[in-house]
Amino acid sequence: MSYGVIVFPGSNCDHDAYNTAGKLSSADVRYIWHKESSIPSDVKCIIIPGGFSYGDYLRCGAVARFSSVMNEVINFAKKGGLLIGICNGFQILTECGLLPGALLRNKSLNFLCRDTYLKVNNSSVFTSQYGEGDVIRIPIAHGEGNYYADDNTLKSLQDNNLIAFTYVTENGEESSGSNPNGSALSIAGITNKQGNVLGMMPHPERYSEELLGCSDGLGVFESINLAIS
Amino acid sequence: MKKYKAEIKITLRENILDVQGKTIEHALFQLDYDMMGNVRIGKYITLDIEAQNDGQAEELVKDACQKLLSNTVIEDFSFTLE
Repeated sequence: MSYGVIVFPGSNCDHDAYNTAGKLSSADVRYIWHKESSIPSDVKCIIIPGGFSYGDYLRCGAVARFSSVMNEVINFAKKGGLLIGICNGFQILTECGLLPGALLRNKSLNFLCRDTYLKVNNSSVFTSQYGEGDVIRIPIAHGEGNYYADDNTLKSLQDNNLIAFTYVTENGEESSGSNPNGSALSIAGITNKQGNVLGMMPHPERYSEELLGCSDGLGVFESINLAIS
Repeated sequence: MKKYKAEIKITLRENILDVQGKTIEHALFQLDYDMMGNVRIGKYITLDIEAQNDGQAEELVKDACQKLLSNTVIEDFSFTLE
């Protein structure tokens, strides 16, 4: 079994994702170039990494969504394969409809590159190795991370317990100051109803070992490893 | 086949806060244009298209707007053909 890391022109967190996925287990990790038209059969989890695919032209993720590999990624997810989109990956997943909603410009209009604190909902396969309600420190780096969805969709996310991460203060409280980008319901990450697709704006792969200053993001990859082992 | 030119405008939906528009609105106020308001920023796209008739051209542009050029979750589009 192995991980597949999708690489678009403009991806820039692909190596971080590759490194983090690879050091945790004996799983192989392979890059999958966006022009590929198939996913290797031993791939059990696909990571769509952060970056600026196709220069963010038109809208973030709008062009990447039509790359030839994306049809296969969509099929992979529809068959129940685990799929995680981080930052630009999350934007791509909303553009192709695998996750609901969209990511708007940050409310402040600033590109934000800093640590955030997230409250974890550990009921998903992507977060099972955290404790319920754990507060973790994970960095964000985005200009368009302001999660938007209409009221019905937001209610559905809440009713179905699909909000995996919310922005909070260091003490785990939601406040106007803890939401960095204006996201509805302070949403930092969501899963689909089937539970096999996660999109999140913060970068767990950037805080995956103490050498990087923090390892709070490792739990996401440990959870995936448990699910696919 | 006839040749057409499409002019497409894409804006954020009315119920979505347009933070760029708000920022420009504040800048206009500072220049004493306080009679102006409700600034919305959007995208303007032109493209050439070959189609058999007006109806087909319109269908093709509409399709492209829904599939790629706009994100209908957050944006509205309108276009003219000539």
